[in-house]
Amino acid sequence: MTAAATLAAPVPAPRRNRQRLIESLAGSGFALPAFFLLLLTNLVPLAALLYLSFTNYELGALDTRFLGLDNFHKALGDPVFRRSLYNTFAYVAMVIPGAVGLGLLIAVLLHRRKRTRSIYEVIYFLPVTSTLIAMATVWQFILHPALGPVNAALRALGFGEIAFLSEPAYVLPTLAAIGIWQLVGFNMVLFLAGLSAIPRDLYEAAEIDGCRSGIDRFLTITWPLLGPTTMFVIVTTSITAFKVFDTVAVMTRGGPMGASEVLLYAIYLEGYQYFHMGYAAALTLIFLAFVLLFSILQTFVLERRVHY
Amino acid sequence: MASVELQSIGKSFGGTPVLSGIDLAVADGEFLTLVGASGCGKSTLIRIIAGLEPQSAGSVRIGGASVDHLRPHERHVAMVFQSYALYPHMRVFANMALPLTMTRLNLFERLPLLRLLSPRRRGVMAGISQQVHAVARQLQIESLLDRRPSQLSGGQRQRVALGRAMVREPAVFLMDEPLSNLDAKLRVHMRSELAELHARLGVTFIYVTHDQVEAMTMSDRVAMMDSGTILQLGKPDDLYARPANVKVAQFIGTPAINLLPARVGAAGTVELFGADLPIRVRRPAGTTLTLGIRPQAVTPATTGTAHTGLCALDGRLRRSENLGAEHILHVDLAAPATGALTGVMAGDPEALVDDARRLALLFAPSACHVFDTEGARIDDVEAVPSAPTRMARAL
Repeated sequence: MTAAATLAAPVPAPRRNRQRLIESLAGSGFALPAFFLLLLTNLVPLAALLYLSFTNYELGALDTRFLGLDNFHKALGDPVFRRSLYNTFAYVAMVIPGAVGLGLLIAVLLHRRKRTRSIYEVIYFLPVTSTLIAMATVWQFILHPALGPVNAALRALGFGEIAFLSEPAYVLPTLAAIGIWQLVGFNMVLFLAGLSAIPRDLYEAAEIDGCRSGIDRFLTITWPLLGPTTMFVIVTTSITAFKVFDTVAVMTRGGPMGASEVLLYAIYLEGYQYFHMGYAAALTLIFLAFVLLFSILQTFVLERRVHY
Repeated sequence: MASVELQSIGKSFGGTPVLSGIDLAVADGEFLTLVGASGCGKSTLIRIIAGLEPQSAGSVRIGGASVDHLRPHERHVAMVFQSYALYPHMRVFANMALPLTMTRLNLFERLPLLRLLSPRRRGVMAGISQQVHAVARQLQIESLLDRRPSQLSGGQRQRVALGRAMVREPAVFLMDEPLSNLDAKLRVHMRSELAELHARLGVTFIYVTHDQVEAMTMSDRVAMMDSGTILQLGKPDDLYARPANVKVAQFIGTPAINLLPARVGAAGTVELFGADLPIRVRRPAGTTLTLGIRPQAVTPATTGTAHTGLCALDGRLRRSENLGAEHILHVDLAAPATGALTGVMAGDPEALVDDARRLALLFAPSACHVFDTEGARIDDVEAVPSAPTRMARAL
């Protein structure tokens, strides 16, 4: 009682001000290291990028001119950039349904297994843990027109050989398939987490209410209640797919005839092969704008529609 | 409407038996409650009736026909879950309409977009809507039909869950602890509402609860379960007045029944704390017994009081609880008696106790429930005419 009364007693004004000052100083002190790191690792590089994108800076060049928005104008008219943008979107459009749909399918199939679940989980998750650059070499061998087992199988089945990586029409779908292979395990784990969050009661209620088949159960309960998970999976998948680079760099180098030239590879070429740093900076900003768009889409538009 | 019959139902989970030899016949339109402590198998039993869990042995018959081969929705039963199990992504209307849309529309008529192609869908949905509204009106939740479950209070969710069960006009209502998630006041209210609903619908109700008050107040008959078997099946009154087992006696009634250790004396009379009670049982001398005395059957009095035909135990008042209308007394028994006794009285116990907080507890020997060593009720208890017994003074 006495202690409470002392605590509640009014504090004299100067002391209160000092207390407030100490509190705000302490607060800033705690926030400072994080802010400093953010500044150093994110904001300063971004500002440098922004500055570079307005110049014609080339690596090693002695003088640099300020160009304003010229780099962006050039990018919009650049057929190579436009093709890479188109290819990237085509790649993303193929990877999202594949990686999300397959991830969901495998998760639903694995969810009710008890003994074998962990074995399958490891198998499907392996591609996620493997280095894509190393795996790309394996894929190159598997898909090799003369030596690879895929074409050997196709030949044995009576189909002709398919040059997966050197035929312009096939190269992007082939890369997308590898991208899906890489992503499915990760999406599966996310979906499995989402599935275990659905109360079993709901399935039982649905069973009594007349959900006869697995399709009924999936459409009535599983799919709607996985909404938040699906949303998250779609966004992370699209951002990852948008950043496709390693397979292109290792396996096709944008070829054949630019059919697999994607955004990040174009930026890499401009910046580190042709040393057009200013132009590459402008392209990077455009790239970042798209990634930002995906994130905003998640936070504002779709989040509202999938939470109950 | 239908009767429900269980014939020697058994269930074990991976070798561990949870139900064994359950025989139960529930009449058409009856309100039967399965009551018991958690883990007694009552929920498993109701899930077997619903078809959510297959039984390991025995057969379930609904309306005279075996339903063992039928899926839950084909058994024509509705179930209300403890968690309500409302579909969180659907509005109240869709929640309540689901049992009907599932049976009346085919898969394509339920798919988004594709359903627009069905010419008969609109007519079917109009009929469903009418039925949902009618049930919602009965439960007074018509104004909630556009809400989502997350926007409802516990009591409202409970009603929606009831509505979803009612809308398909099932033959049997199965309820698995439907009131457990409500606060005490609402539980009392919903109790009478459920009883009224049962009276109005006249449908068979099978109700699972761990709360003996719910079992006593709502049911036509109560089945008290323990470790996978039915200990006693009967009207609430029977369970209270003639508990077949010491576990039933302990479970039914508040405050809980007093259990005192006793044994059969030399003359076949019941010996309590070394003194003979004027009741006799046909058991060999020396058999250990358990004597059950309801707190309501105990009359507190000032110490030294003796009444003809009543037994008395002396003790010290440890604590009393004031419930307004009555007081619950917790009395530590004085030597040679051991243990404690609970009693109930209308007035203030402080008026009865002496300076040392001592008082006497009187009870009629005929009010004693006698249980044998295994805990089963001994029915053939005979009265022995004798003078009033004072156990404390006898020694």
